[in-house]
Amino acid sequence: MAVISLTDINVTFKQKNREIVAVQNESITIEKGDIYGIVGYSGAGKSTLVRTINLLQRPTSGSVLVNGTEMTSLKPAQLRDERKKIGMIFQHFNLMSELTVFGNVAQPLKHAKMSKADKAKKVNDLLDLVGLADRAGNYPAQLSGGQKQRVAIARALANDPEILISDEATSALDPKTTNQILALLKKLNQELGLTIVLITHEMQAVKEAANKVAVMENGVIIERGSLLEIFTNPQKQLTKDFINTATNRDEALEKVTELLEEQPLADDEELLQINYVGADTAQPLLSTIYADYGVTTNLLYSNMEILTKTPVGLAIAIFKGTASQRATAKASFADHGVQIQELHVGGQH
Amino acid sequence: MADWIQQNLPNVYSLGWGGDFGWGIAIWQTIFMTVGSAIIGGLIGLLFGTGLVLTADDGITPNRPLFQILDKVVSVGRAIPFIIMVVAFSPLTQLIVGTTIGTTAALVPLSLGVFPFYARQVQVALLGVDAGKVEAARSFGATNWDIITDVYLREGRSELIRVSTVTLISLVGLTAMAGAIGAGGLGTTAIVTGYQRFQNDVMWLATILILLLIVLIQFIGDFFAKRAHHG
Repeated sequence: MAVISLTDINVTFKQKNREIVAVQNESITIEKGDIYGIVGYSGAGKSTLVRTINLLQRPTSGSVLVNGTEMTSLKPAQLRDERKKIGMIFQHFNLMSELTVFGNVAQPLKHAKMSKADKAKKVNDLLDLVGLADRAGNYPAQLSGGQKQRVAIARALANDPEILISDEATSALDPKTTNQILALLKKLNQELGLTIVLITHEMQAVKEAANKVAVMENGVIIERGSLLEIFTNPQKQLTKDFINTATNRDEALEKVTELLEEQPLADDEELLQINYVGADTAQPLLSTIYADYGVTTNLLYSNMEILTKTPVGLAIAIFKGTASQRATAKASFADHGVQIQELHVGGQH
Repeated sequence: MADWIQQNLPNVYSLGWGGDFGWGIAIWQTIFMTVGSAIIGGLIGLLFGTGLVLTADDGITPNRPLFQILDKVVSVGRAIPFIIMVVAFSPLTQLIVGTTIGTTAALVPLSLGVFPFYARQVQVALLGVDAGKVEAARSFGATNWDIITDVYLREGRSELIRVSTVTLISLVGLTAMAGAIGAGGLGTTAIVTGYQRFQNDVMWLATILILLLIVLIQFIGDFFAKRAHHG
């Protein structure tokens, strides 16, 4: 069931005498229980697109359906009620500095029809959920970045939303804290059935948490699909760039290049990139091609990720053998559904 | 003590504490004018300053015509020299208070003189509140009134106290100026009694008392501004 469906969304900003198109005729459907990653560099329009979901950004044209409600036709009071069902967290947390942690989480409950005691219980339960029960009396300035984001998550959940929008929520955090926050989001997704829209410029974050991905550039989604599809079979160059950053492939290739400058490839050697899905194919192949085809392999780099429970691997290796031996070995990889790609480094063949 | 004052500061002594021109009355009048116009001008200024932030293009209720009106009133108000304002608005003062002389009458030009200044200060203080906080409040369904009270005014309160302190201090200065043309208070004592009658001891004591008042306001303002801030 589609929880969110944005259809033909256009957002243009008027600046003095020119128009800036932030989102161009874009549509996206997000299903219940998804963690939908939206990736792109800053200025790609991902925040603008996602902000139309709760109408923090009103689209110039297009339809915004959230749980079957057309958001753009709501009256202000109705819109406020709908917004309570859509939690949002931000890169810079946006907590109220003059309120305690407790006060921040209680703030969205200001007009809730609950007794004071019920509100306090609700706030304390939320703080428990995000692991900050002991910091209720502190002010945000006394917390670390990760703790602030946890408070912001508790605040976003105060009205029991079904949707959580995360706008670069981990971009100001260090890698370890980022993983903790992503783990918390995954837990909320699984335990509360929360649908999460994850805006980020870090493919790493998407890889950790999302099950679907859209890549945005210049106001349009250039590629979208399941996490596995995108990672194993990216079509656009930008998507490949993001993935290569996330898998450290570029960094590895740089080191390999340096290495090959010292020790150039011999005539019977070639440099290959091996991409595979599933653990039971490529690794055994690498170890049997010597016995089967007389090709020796020198593994220079190898990386494996588990994406939505499926292992996805990448290796860079040198194959050594006669031309025909290498060709048979490569053909055997291809037969097993493993992608083999020749790499040309520094003018080498 | 009294003997020492009588000997060394004869004019100060002869003014006395009570009486129409006594020190006690002068101090009271200065405080009355400062506090009175701070309340009236402060409320109007707060209204205008908040209005400027809310109706701006990037405010929560953009309204260009209203913004332009508020902005122009504040700009023009700030441009008119206070001493001219006192004289120029005397018909209005006559209309409201029934007289143009005395401390109550002085509240009209003082309030008019201080509110544009305060409005600008409030505007700047509230613009200092992170727009992200406003956006967060909108995202969890806060009403515009919630955003004004719980985000702008509460998050900006420390800065508001600071600008209020600055405004109060400049108000004390304005009361002295109003005093020059007969509003009463320490300004009248310093200028009319002290300077114009060549009673330098009176002028200097009035000046020191004004200075003490300003130091006191600054001290109290700093104390509360610091206490209100948790960031």
